[in-house]
Amino acid sequence: MKTDELINMLGTNLEAVKGGELRNALMVALAVGAAAASCLMLAIFGLPADARGGDYSGPKILALAFTLGLVFAGASFLIGSARPGEPGRKPLILISVLFFALISAGGVALVLAHPAAWSGMIFGPQWAACLICIPLFAVAPFASLIWALRKGAPTSLTRTGAIAGLVAGALGAAVFAFHHPGGSIPFIVLWYGGSILLCALVGAILGSRLLRW
Amino acid sequence: MNIRSDEPELRGLMLSGLDGDAAAHKALLTRLSANLRAYFKTHLARIGKGPADAEDLVQESLIALHTRRHTYDRSKPLTPWVYAIARYRLVDFLRRTRTSMTDVAIDEADQVPADDDPSSVESGLDLEKLMAQLTPKARQAIQFVKLEGLSVGEAAARSGMSESDIKVSVHRGLKALSLLATQRSRA
Repeated sequence: MKTDELINMLGTNLEAVKGGELRNALMVALAVGAAAASCLMLAIFGLPADARGGDYSGPKILALAFTLGLVFAGASFLIGSARPGEPGRKPLILISVLFFALISAGGVALVLAHPAAWSGMIFGPQWAACLICIPLFAVAPFASLIWALRKGAPTSLTRTGAIAGLVAGALGAAVFAFHHPGGSIPFIVLWYGGSILLCALVGAILGSRLLRW
Repeated sequence: MNIRSDEPELRGLMLSGLDGDAAAHKALLTRLSANLRAYFKTHLARIGKGPADAEDLVQESLIALHTRRHTYDRSKPLTPWVYAIARYRLVDFLRRTRTSMTDVAIDEADQVPADDDPSSVESGLDLEKLMAQLTPKARQAIQFVKLEGLSVGEAAARSGMSESDIKVSVHRGLKALSLLATQRSRA
């Protein structure tokens, strides 16, 4: 085929393109993913006891702020990363700052506590459930984010997949935080932060395959 | 002709094309094909591949530029977007042809002169063969709207599909063609 023929074909009956499709697709993906993860949480654990009375203690608020901050930063990175070219670095810096702040707070909490209390702080309530449920709740958001990203044209697939995994993991963790009683700051660092990073790792591996175009 | 100095003009053509101006869109693709040809020829020459492969990549990139044009951010310059797509297509080509090329430099794109001589080279893309692999709906929609130049309304009347069905089929068909074109050399 001659290139001129191809250009002629592509230009025939050209449709106008509206802006904002990618952003909308990502927002829909986040909403659908969050809804699916919440339904799964309710199906497994039922309505969280706290939701009725409201015992929002410090660590629980911290967990929600950390995870929702990650969702926000990661989603704004994905909006840029779904397009060909270099996305802005600001969201990645924000993600690093969030992790750094949380890890520092966890370190301080450990230093202030008596070493005898450490294992109780780290292996707090339901640490295993945390490690299982956060990736489990992240599956639906990850699938919906990949669906949205495939509408775009990401050019660094591994990095885009990693951040999609991170956002999905953070959403799963936020949903889990509604159910979870809280625990200590080191607990959140290890089991929330760790599970989210695990999701990012899986996302990076899957992204390089699923996002090809 | 240097693509960076042409940026304002090319970007103007792109914006008109996004608003539905077919002439501007064709002019843009024609202009860019010269830049893309030079870019791919330069990189492929280093690994001993010829102009036919370069022309394949030019056409794959043009299809990608067209089917993914909604990913262009109107507030940003056009050139980096075009070369990000070209570079992605090149890396993908190298991966599927199993050539190892440690690094494809990003910053050389605007230093190669445009190559405006497609006359002697045809790509290995055979549109008819590719079209044969589409679903009947998509094939018919592309045949009517993109090759015979019928309006969406006329194509709808002739095929018995609804107008929105035609539009969706054309869109999906072009994306499928893009995928078929890039998978062809994998086989």
